[in-house]
Amino acid sequence: MADFLAGLINAVWWQDYAAPLLAIVIYCLLITVPILLSVAYLTLAERKVIGWMQYRKGPNVVGPFGLLQPLADGLKLFLKETIIPSGSNRALFVIAPALTFILALIAWAVIPFGEGMVLADINVGILYLFAISSLGVYGIVIAGWASNSKYAFLGALRSAAQMVSYEVSMGLVIVTVLIFTNSLNLSDIVRYQQENMWFVIPLLPMFVVFYISILAETNRAPFDLPEAEAELVSGYNVEYSSMTFALFFLGEYANMILMSGMATTLFLGGWLPPFDIAPLNMIPGPIWFALKTALMLFGFLWVRATFPRYRYDQLMRLGWKVFLPFTLLCVFLYAGIAVYGGFLAG
Amino acid sequence: MIQTLVFYMFAIITIACGFMVITARNPVHSVLFLILAFFNAAGLFLLQGAEFISMILVIVYVGAVAVLFLFVVMMLDVNLNEMRRGFVKYLPIGLAVGAVLLVELFTIFTAWVVEPAVISVNAATATPAASEVHNTEALGNLIYTHYVYLFMGSGMVLLLAMVGAIVLTLRSRDGVKKQRIMDQIARPASEEVELVKVSSGGGI
Repeated sequence: MADFLAGLINAVWWQDYAAPLLAIVIYCLLITVPILLSVAYLTLAERKVIGWMQYRKGPNVVGPFGLLQPLADGLKLFLKETIIPSGSNRALFVIAPALTFILALIAWAVIPFGEGMVLADINVGILYLFAISSLGVYGIVIAGWASNSKYAFLGALRSAAQMVSYEVSMGLVIVTVLIFTNSLNLSDIVRYQQENMWFVIPLLPMFVVFYISILAETNRAPFDLPEAEAELVSGYNVEYSSMTFALFFLGEYANMILMSGMATTLFLGGWLPPFDIAPLNMIPGPIWFALKTALMLFGFLWVRATFPRYRYDQLMRLGWKVFLPFTLLCVFLYAGIAVYGGFLAG
Repeated sequence: MIQTLVFYMFAIITIACGFMVITARNPVHSVLFLILAFFNAAGLFLLQGAEFISMILVIVYVGAVAVLFLFVVMMLDVNLNEMRRGFVKYLPIGLAVGAVLLVELFTIFTAWVVEPAVISVNAATATPAASEVHNTEALGNLIYTHYVYLFMGSGMVLLLAMVGAIVLTLRSRDGVKKQRIMDQIARPASEEVELVKVSSGGGI
């Protein structure tokens, strides 16, 4: 028996294929489960924070301080009936929410949570993130088209135009960061900030542009035109119910967390403590990463409680006529500073 | 072994998607299959170790170009019977174009010679480790030092195409009311806003 087990463990297929596969599955679970928990509690945090900002209490009935509210919401959505409209394109109608949700999760593979704590430490990490976030528009467009509904379609078209517009300035902001780090690897970007300083200080204007762009990219207020309740009912997801709706909802919030994580990695020094001194650098990296991401997320909620919604033409004007020329100018400016100031790495 | 399996998976899906693009009845489905084909082609690039090109393919083609395709195709009101009517009439022209393309492809591939120096570099098939020279860096060195004029030239061509498209579609109309943001910001608050103290129950 022992021989058999030893033979099994030493077998080629186990060492070469099964063991790495098992390890990857465990890593994936270690990343996904906390993210899904954060998504659940982000929805509660949103309602609580906006409640406090408006002199209300927010959800406080289910569990102590309303802490069980996300569970109750999830259970409610899970138990409802999934309705597929008769005029819809059935296959695409079901694929769209799943796509949104999957894309929001697979991007986490390259985010470094700490020194060496990353699932896939690939050379082109930042491009991978950018590629995945640019795919997010498909879930929404397909949902809008497959629903066969005017409101859903209009919401989807708005969203597609909006996401494509703001991706351009986001890309240029990322380029300014890359000019200094000379690497597309996210861990290298954080290490560069460890040796020098967090990018939020020298690249503050770029950070502001990036933050506003990720608000638009995740369809959040004040750029939540795709789901403008007043005019489009609720935009692209108007025909969705039950779990299909829940997947959109989860995907949207997971995307918010992802984008905040991306901003943290690029500008706020990822897993690094603010100062490399005794009590601060004893706290492990993932906790710093989570704290900074939470700070970014609080900004999302704060903005939503504060600003009115943009008009659509103003949104397009901001993206194409303000951010694009500004970021383009900054790319040249920072490239000049990097070359003549001797800041180029490597 | 895994790499071979993955290669065949990507290759088969790419070809199947290409086939579905031209046979799907619904044009939106065609575009979606095209997107899937792009995606699998990116996977093939990744297997060859061309990680940068693979990601750029996804960002540019899938993330931007195909979105615009989808945008346009979804808005079209296509009548399928109308489209199928001229099929026999246009078949000879279509076949002729296809034949010319096939012959051209054959001549290219039979006359293709790969530089021996390149073959030796190409030996590694998997994605290189993070410590080795990245192919992003290699491409950057190549494009911005040896091929900088060609690169600038292609940029100019794209710029011209963009200017051309804007010139063709731009029309100035009279009587359109436009929001002038600078004018709005430049207005002095003293002229536009009046602070009034209202006694309770009094009104203005």
